[in-house]
Amino acid sequence: MIAGVATFVAAPVRAATVHLGAWLQALPMAAVFAFFFLLPLVLIVMVSFWDYNEFQMIPAFSGRGYTDTFEGCAAELPQLCTIFRTYAMTLKLCALVWVITLGIGFTIAYFLAFHVRTKSWQIALSLLCTIPFWTSNVIRMIAWVPLLGRNGLVNNGLMAMGVVDAPVEWFLFSEFSVVLALVHLYTFFMVIPIFNSMIRIDKALIEAAYDAGASLWQTLAHVVIPLAKPGIVIGSIFVITIVMGDFITVGVMGGQQIASAGKIIEVRLNALQFPAAAANAVILLAVTLMIIFVLSRLVDIRKEL
Amino acid sequence: MKQSRTQAGIGRRNMLKGAAAVSGVAIGSGALTGFPAIHSAEPKVLRYLGTAVNEGDDIAKKCFADTGIKLEYITTTTDDVSKRVITQPNSFDVLDTEYFSLRKLVPSGNILGLDARRIKEFGNITPVFTKGELPNGRKIGGQGTAPWKVLYLDGAGSSKFSATPTDFVTLIPTVYNADTLGIRPDLIKRPITSWAELLNPEFKGKAAILNIPSIGIMDAAMVVEATGQYKYADKGNMTRAEIDLTMKVMTDAKKRGQFRAFWKDFNESVNLMASGETVIQSMWSPAVTKVRSQGVPCVFQPLKEGYRSWASGFCVSKAVSGAKLDVAYEFVNWFLSGWAGAYLNRQGYYSAVLSTAKANMEAYEWAYWMEGKPAEKDIKGPDGGLLEKAGAIRDGGSYEERMGGVACWNAVMDENDYMVRKWNEFIAA
Repeated sequence: MIAGVATFVAAPVRAATVHLGAWLQALPMAAVFAFFFLLPLVLIVMVSFWDYNEFQMIPAFSGRGYTDTFEGCAAELPQLCTIFRTYAMTLKLCALVWVITLGIGFTIAYFLAFHVRTKSWQIALSLLCTIPFWTSNVIRMIAWVPLLGRNGLVNNGLMAMGVVDAPVEWFLFSEFSVVLALVHLYTFFMVIPIFNSMIRIDKALIEAAYDAGASLWQTLAHVVIPLAKPGIVIGSIFVITIVMGDFITVGVMGGQQIASAGKIIEVRLNALQFPAAAANAVILLAVTLMIIFVLSRLVDIRKEL
Repeated sequence: MKQSRTQAGIGRRNMLKGAAAVSGVAIGSGALTGFPAIHSAEPKVLRYLGTAVNEGDDIAKKCFADTGIKLEYITTTTDDVSKRVITQPNSFDVLDTEYFSLRKLVPSGNILGLDARRIKEFGNITPVFTKGELPNGRKIGGQGTAPWKVLYLDGAGSSKFSATPTDFVTLIPTVYNADTLGIRPDLIKRPITSWAELLNPEFKGKAAILNIPSIGIMDAAMVVEATGQYKYADKGNMTRAEIDLTMKVMTDAKKRGQFRAFWKDFNESVNLMASGETVIQSMWSPAVTKVRSQGVPCVFQPLKEGYRSWASGFCVSKAVSGAKLDVAYEFVNWFLSGWAGAYLNRQGYYSAVLSTAKANMEAYEWAYWMEGKPAEKDIKGPDGGLLEKAGAIRDGGSYEERMGGVACWNAVMDENDYMVRKWNEFIAA
């Protein structure tokens, strides 16, 4: 009886304690998140509605950052204005990089998960994928010139073989070189989440598919891809968000002649026009969030994990 | 068992006592030595904000040896220097920046002009800065943000420029140069004499400009004038219509594929030229020297329309005062006293006080770098490496010829905001 009462009383208390404990455990991360992410974000949105002059921000409400950004968009129709043209280019690069990194990343992850047998080799080989990150950005960029440049290795090789008469110009400082460099850099972000999903697939399922007479492609389409979907979506979110905001790679590999959403922000910042830069940052964030929203519609990541 | 426990207890307690005693001694000694002693023992340190152009290790070492002042370099790009001054004026002591930035930095009130009376060599600073003329009295081009327009403040601690000379100086000048196009004579194989060549279709896909909007547009303006399309009242302060016109010329060239790349970093420009990606581009004098030192022919080509010039100097953060300010003055005075000036001259720049730099250079060096005479002996760089063999003549000739040929100065326009928007449009085109 007494024990029964005790249990009766203790249960809600324990539930409340567990509840509180969970909140306390989440608190440090939540605090870091609030202080270093939410607060700056709120400030950026706030500043984006300020006015500015040559050397300072003026804390008075102004939509100038936004109206300047969309300047001439209605008047120039059917031609695209600066901001739409810039986003069209950014989205184009983003789509190309996404498709290619997905293809390569999926293949590498598949190889690592199903063809490499020991765990240590899997780890060693996936670490190899980080090689592009071992050097600084600038050095990595400069290193492309001797390879793809007018007098670079590839052009010299092609000319020596008689494939081309004159050096191929579009190897460097072109959309091609931008996509190449982005793929080279960011495939890693696709490989790891997909690999992580694939490694959890029960091998018995593959065997069952094989036993049931499924071909390799059928197994891939009906077993591996559906089960690797969370990894694919997470990898896609990584790649898309990074490429949407990347202006350094686009700048250096595009010879600074290819527009990107990030570059608009950079040019504004360098001119000390912080509210205009903030407005463009908010626009970029909104566009990126929309893409992620669509992706998360495709897969309920929380459920899958 | 008991003993060991006691020992442990004592040990811990002793340690605590010891820690307290040590901190007590530290506090006590601090109190005993007192403020003046600590002050005199404090090393003379200056946080020096600027670009890589002037922040050489050699200068820091020599400065420390001569004055005991330790320079802590904060190295960023031209744009980031300005950003830092506006947003974090407490994060540096001495600022090394260009005159054209002053139109943004001075009104912000974050920098403190210096008192000319405390600068020993101020009277000997070249009249290029103070009057806009050469030592021989010849006037030089003043389009853009020419230094003499923004050299003086109308009072101590003021954030307004004075049109007439005062004792309060925004930037104590240190180094300047006349910029032009760098070319690869071995690949072009004909004489280049005009800025118009930058957009000549002959060099399609082999030209480059500087990726700083306010400077890039001035190079474009030099081309527009050279081709006779338009004559600007002031290339460094265009009207909206003029910006539109200039940007149209640039956009057409970009669409034709004239430009290989736009560069921002010193090494990028060297790399583009040395690898043959470009054969004609906006460039800085030491970058040309560096290409040549790799054994690749490169010329800093004087052009008949003249040069686009720039100049930089020192001021201090408004947060600097008292003893720190004295150290800053000591540093600036050291910088103008000759060694640093000679060092800069040997890199192909020009120093602000010519007389002290001359005293620190060999006669043959001075004749080569400043008088445009053929080198009597091999010319060596500040690092001792061979730059030119005996008999060589400096590109563009003497100081008078080069600085006398200045057509305009790096600038911030009144319509800067509009220009920046147009630049983004240009990149997206």
